[in-house]
Amino acid sequence: MVMSVTSFGRSGVYDWMVQRVSAVVLAAYVLFILGYLVASPDLTYEAWKGLFSNACVRIFSLGALVSLGAHAWVGLWTISTDYLKNGVVRFLCQALCGAVMFVYFVWGIEILWGL
Amino acid sequence: MLVSVYRYNPDVDKAPYMQDMEVAIPEGRDLMILDVLAIMKEQDPTLAYRRSCREGVCGSDGMNMNGKNGLACITSISQVVKGGKLVLRPLPGLPVIRDLVVDMSMFYKQYEKIRPYLINDMPAPAIERIQSPEDREKLDGLYECILCACCSTACPSFWWNPDKFIGPSGLLQAYRFLVDSRDTATVERLADLDDPFSVFRCRGIMNCVSVCPKGLNPTRAIGHIRNMLLQRAT
Ligand code: SF4
Repeated sequence: MVMSVTSFGRSGVYDWMVQRVSAVVLAAYVLFILGYLVASPDLTYEAWKGLFSNACVRIFSLGALVSLGAHAWVGLWTISTDYLKNGVVRFLCQALCGAVMFVYFVWGIEILWGL
Repeated sequence: MLVSVYRYNPDVDKAPYMQDMEVAIPEGRDLMILDVLAIMKEQDPTLAYRRSCREGVCGSDGMNMNGKNGLACITSISQVVKGGKLVLRPLPGLPVIRDLVVDMSMFYKQYEKIRPYLINDMPAPAIERIQSPEDREKLDGLYECILCACCSTACPSFWWNPDKFIGPSGLLQAYRFLVDSRDTATVERLADLDDPFSVFRCRGIMNCVSVCPKGLNPTRAIGHIRNMLLQRAT
């Protein structure tokens, strides 16, 4: 059993599952937004704002944002453990990725609920 | 035929280098690469490589021939040589001891980790542990592995994490014991594999499948292990 403190769930199956579930959520969200854009060719700012004032859309968007963060973390963690062999560099890179994802998350909430 | 072979003798050479040799191939014959190496060794007796059974059973002469891993004894010139040049290198990713001879310690260490033997805590029966033909069939495509390391050394995930990722060969063997009806340590075996590296570092590149000289499919075995882990976790 290989130990790792920086992986998302510390278990391979857990990370694998997170990666798959978040991918499904992201795919559904992309389809939803694309579908909306295709269905409303002359989109106005009011309509776009109206879409995002709907609580369901906000929750879905937040879900997609959380999925993006989790998905990116598992992916970038994997890449960094493959290619960055220096422990300090790897940790700093992972910390940076984590910080960026956290910023996106908080910022996303602010955008969604602050409109 | 022009053969370019990887040479490195750490006692003498500062760095590895490629040596070009012109090898006379008998007219009209499609030699195995191992035979080519024998001719080369006559020309230059300092050339080092491993071989034993010379018929694809022992797995000693795994090497990289024109960019693809395989067993030199069962790979013919016509299979790998296009354009009249043969490039021979040691298996990638493992430390070179000398010329085409690599240090397989890391590979064996991963093999050792999966406990490659039957574990059964039931009292031993008088004669033998019976297995039904159906259960025996499940071992087909798994037990044939000769541990030549062609697959694991063709795997980028094994190159980057040879100390943590079990690798295709070890995982094929892991599944061979997980699926054996006579083994009672399935739960413990799975618990040992449930970390982000041992199994899950497999990204499905499938180089292992494309190089295995025995035609085995480690990627499929890894998929089975992943399903067992998923079932155990849900
Ligand atoms: S799975 Fe195939 S390539 Fe890998 S060690 Fe076994 S025989 Fe060799």
